[in-house]
Amino acid sequence: MSLLKIEALEARHGLLTAVQGISLDIEQGETVALVGANGAGKTTLLRTLAGVHPVAAGRIVFDGQDVSAVPANFRAAAGLALVPEGRKLFSNMTVEENLLVALSAKRAGPWNLATVLEAFPQLKPKLKAAAGTLSGGQQQATAIGRALMTNPRVLLLDEVSLGLSPLAVQGVYDSLRSLMGKGTPQSTTVVLVEQDLQRTFAVADRIVCMLEGKVVASGRSDEMTRDQVMAYYFGHRTPAAPGTSTK
Amino acid sequence: MIWLNQLVQGLMLGGYYALLACGLSFMFGVMRIINLAHGSLAVLSAYLLFLLADRYDIHPLLGLVAVVPAMALLGWVLHRLVLERSARAGALLPLLSTFGLATVLDNSMFQVFGADTRSLAPYIDSLSYDSWTLPGGVIVGQLSVLTFVVALALLGGLHLMLARTSLGRRIRAAAHDADTAQLVGVNARSVYAASTAIALTTVAIAGAFLAMRATFDPYTGPQQLIFAFEAVVIGGAGSLWGTLIGGIVLGVAQSLGAQVHSQGFLIAGHTTFLVVLLAREYATGSFRRWLRTLRLRAATP
Repeated sequence: MSLLKIEALEARHGLLTAVQGISLDIEQGETVALVGANGAGKTTLLRTLAGVHPVAAGRIVFDGQDVSAVPANFRAAAGLALVPEGRKLFSNMTVEENLLVALSAKRAGPWNLATVLEAFPQLKPKLKAAAGTLSGGQQQATAIGRALMTNPRVLLLDEVSLGLSPLAVQGVYDSLRSLMGKGTPQSTTVVLVEQDLQRTFAVADRIVCMLEGKVVASGRSDEMTRDQVMAYYFGHRTPAAPGTSTK
Repeated sequence: MIWLNQLVQGLMLGGYYALLACGLSFMFGVMRIINLAHGSLAVLSAYLLFLLADRYDIHPLLGLVAVVPAMALLGWVLHRLVLERSARAGALLPLLSTFGLATVLDNSMFQVFGADTRSLAPYIDSLSYDSWTLPGGVIVGQLSVLTFVVALALLGGLHLMLARTSLGRRIRAAAHDADTAQLVGVNARSVYAASTAIALTTVAIAGAFLAMRATFDPYTGPQQLIFAFEAVVIGGAGSLWGTLIGGIVLGVAQSLGAQVHSQGFLIAGHTTFLVVLLAREYATGSFRRWLRTLRLRAATP
């Protein structure tokens, strides 16, 4: 049984249907990358999964439970955590407070203040600093650490490399690599939105291409080529690669 | 020496205003809700304490043991039934709904308690008039000093709660960004309801001091709301220690104004409020932008 099952999901921004009937099955331990141009509906999909954007139609089934109408804080308590686009730190609170506030989810697991600081050692000297004063890379590490403090079973990452220097991006992904255990049952399930295709191919087990709110192709990352993904990215359809499916 | 005396009296009065205003400031800081029923709720607390004192001979400060939890519970219910629903529809609806609540409260209290003016002063023995004489002949009332100390303790307690406790972290997170707070497991609904309960706890205490230091009737609330509102705006909306400073500035202005002219008490307070408001608007540029818009409109044929 899938850990996260999305059935004919729709989400709207006013009159615009940003997510149009998407269905996806995500297995325990899988790393799934959502790829698509701006406006494809990737962020809306992640926000809808996390519960901060309402479901207009369809269902989200997490670990066998329909969570479509469950508020975001209860989804976090069930193990769905989102690292939002733009980090959205509590800028007037310290790094330590940003991390500790996530204990509100009250989920037991391997992640606590000590293990998060082990994963992101750059945060250790900044614990008492206001989150708003950190560099972009440190802010992103804090945002990911904060999500990890909820001990998630599914981690939703929205453009974690956006606005960061290449070095900072490398640092963030180095820390994330231990989470992305390439499909082993013990690893955290990750759904990520990433514009850097090279990095996407390096970390994802499966790539899902989105265009105008719909899934236009999906397949294993080792069976798709960069050119195929680029074609779907820009809406130029090509014949499906072996092992991929188009919808 | 008279001016020094007025300054000290103003400082003490400022403590009362800070006590009255801290709940208003707290609610605005956390939920961006301006509670127009704030003054009426303080008067409700005063009436509850009056009932306990008059019928059961319970000292008003002891009566707070019962009234504070009752007002906190009222705050929780008020948030769940009124504020939460109205806040979903934008900033205007909470203003209207709390204005309506104030009207209902004022008239209900009039219906139940009548128009008679009341005070808790007769129930606190000599505390209402005992005083200390400071060097230089400045006289300060013991109740005034107690009010100031309670205001300091309450603001300090709120500050510590926000800075050091798990609830405080959750309140600050929800105040900063409720959606993101929910993403990390914070139940924003409960946090807001708890914040309203905390605000009404402070209102209950302010109501006690309002009734011990002065008289009140069912329609005293709106006037108290104006003083609280002015203290919050002078000190910077949402800032707890700013509220203390705002209360003191207002109290000192009123006290000095009263020394200048018999009608100067209110005029000096309101004038100070307007001057601070306009100076802040001017400093942030919005006043200049407004003036520019007016000039442009005037120049347009």
